[in-house]
Amino acid sequence: MGFWGLNLQIIKMLDKNGIAKRIAQEVKDGYYVNLGIGIPTLVANFVRDDIEVEFQSENGILGMGPFPFEGEEDPDLINAGKQTITALPGASYFDSAMSFGMIRGQHVDLTILGAMEVAENGDIANWKIPGKMVKGMGGAMDLVASAENIIVAMMHTNREGESKLLKKCSLPLTGVGCVTKIVTNLAVLEVTDKGFKLLERAPGVSVEEIKEATEGTLIVEGEIPEMAI
Amino acid sequence: MINKTVRNVSEALEGAHDGMTFMLGGFGLSGIPENAISELVRLNLKNLTCISNNAGVDDFGLGLLLQKKQIDKMVSSYVGENAEFERQMLSGELEVELTPQGTLAAKCQAAQQGFPAIYTPAGYGTEVAMGKETREFNGKMYVLEEAYKADFAFVKAWKGDKAGNLIFKGTARNFNPVMCGAATITVAEVEELVEPGELDPNQIHIPGIFVQRIFQGKNYEKRIEQRTVRQKETL
Repeated sequence: MGFWGLNLQIIKMLDKNGIAKRIAQEVKDGYYVNLGIGIPTLVANFVRDDIEVEFQSENGILGMGPFPFEGEEDPDLINAGKQTITALPGASYFDSAMSFGMIRGQHVDLTILGAMEVAENGDIANWKIPGKMVKGMGGAMDLVASAENIIVAMMHTNREGESKLLKKCSLPLTGVGCVTKIVTNLAVLEVTDKGFKLLERAPGVSVEEIKEATEGTLIVEGEIPEMAI
Repeated sequence: MINKTVRNVSEALEGAHDGMTFMLGGFGLSGIPENAISELVRLNLKNLTCISNNAGVDDFGLGLLLQKKQIDKMVSSYVGENAEFERQMLSGELEVELTPQGTLAAKCQAAQQGFPAIYTPAGYGTEVAMGKETREFNGKMYVLEEAYKADFAFVKAWKGDKAGNLIFKGTARNFNPVMCGAATITVAEVEELVEPGELDPNQIHIPGIFVQRIFQGKNYEKRIEQRTVRQKETL
C-alpha cells in the first residue's frame, strides 16, 4: 500500500516543472515577460519555440538568453538572481530607473512570480516572515504594484500542509489587489471580485481535493477541465 | 574641456568623512565601485549611511565595510547574501531601511534631476508606505517618496574620458547612471580612462556634467556571485 500510495501522490499533482509548463501556455507571441526567482525562472524552458518572446530581467536587460557555456561567463552580464546569463540577438541593456520605468509604465506584458500567500482579493505576500531575517523585497513591490497581468506560481499549500490561498493574507503584504491568476501544483485559478475561480485541475486532482486545500472562497462553476500539459 | 580627472582613488575621496551619506552603484557584485570601497575601508570612515541596492557579501563589496563596523545605516532593496549584515541587523547595531528596487532607483534619479519627490505605486498598502503621503491619480493609489540626499556618489563605469563622460557595460550599468549627479560630489572610477574625443558622443550614457571626479581604477576583481553555466550539446 505504501509504495502504491506514494506513487499515486506523485502522479496526481504537478511538480515545479509541471507548474512552469502550464504557465508557459500563458506566454503569448510578442510578449515582454518578467520572470521572478524560483519556479518562474523555469517557465523560460517551456515557452513554445514558434513564438517570439523577450525576457526582461529588472537589473537591466531585455532579451535575456540562457546560461553561458562554461568559460564564457561574464561578471558584467547577470540576471536579477545574480546568475551569469547571455544576451540574445536584439537584446538591450539599460539602467535601473529605465528598467523599472518599463515595469511601472506597464510596457512589460506579463509578470510571473512566486508567493508565500495570496488572498482572494488578489493581495500578495512574498517578501517577509515576521521573526525571520528579512532579506528585502527587491523589485517585487514595484512589479506587483505596476503590472496588469500577474501570474503567481506556487505550491497550493505550505510545508505544514496549510493553504496558501487565503481569505486574507497573514504575512506582511507585497502588494494589494494585484494578482490576476494563480497556477499551483493542484489547479489554475483566476482572482475575481467574488474569490478564487477554479479554471483547471491538475491531472488526477479532484475538485474536492482543491476545495480542501483552499482556505479562501473557491468558486466552482460547471465541469472543471483537467490541465492539458 | 573641463578636466575632471584626479590622480588616484585617495584624491577622488578627498573631503569624505565620518557620518556622511554615500550612494554606491552596483547590483549584487556587478558594477560595484571596487576601488572606492577599498579606499573607504582603508580610511576607516565611521558612522556612514550607505544607499546601495545590495550590501555585498561577507568578504567583498560593502561587506568589507560591514566587517569593520563602518556603516550605521543601510538603505537597500535586498540584503540576502551577507551573514555579518544579518548579525548586525538582528543585534540592532545596523539600521536598515528597505526600499523597493524601482523606488530606490527613482529616488536617486529624482535627486539627479531636481525633483524633490516622486509618486510611485510600489509599496502602496504595505508597511513601506506607512507614515507616507498617498494620493490617487486616475483611480490608482500612489505613495510619495522623497529624493535622496547624499554627500558622495561612488559609481563604476566601463569607459570614461577626462571630461567625465561615461559608458557602462552590460548589466553592470544598473544603478550607476542614476546615482551620477544625485550627490554633492560624484566620483566615477573606470576600467579605461581615455582622452576627450576618443569616445563617440553618440554612445555616451552619462554626460560629464554629472561627474565631478574621474579616475582610472585598478585591480578589478569583478567577482561573480552565482556562476551558472549550461553544458555544450553533444552532437
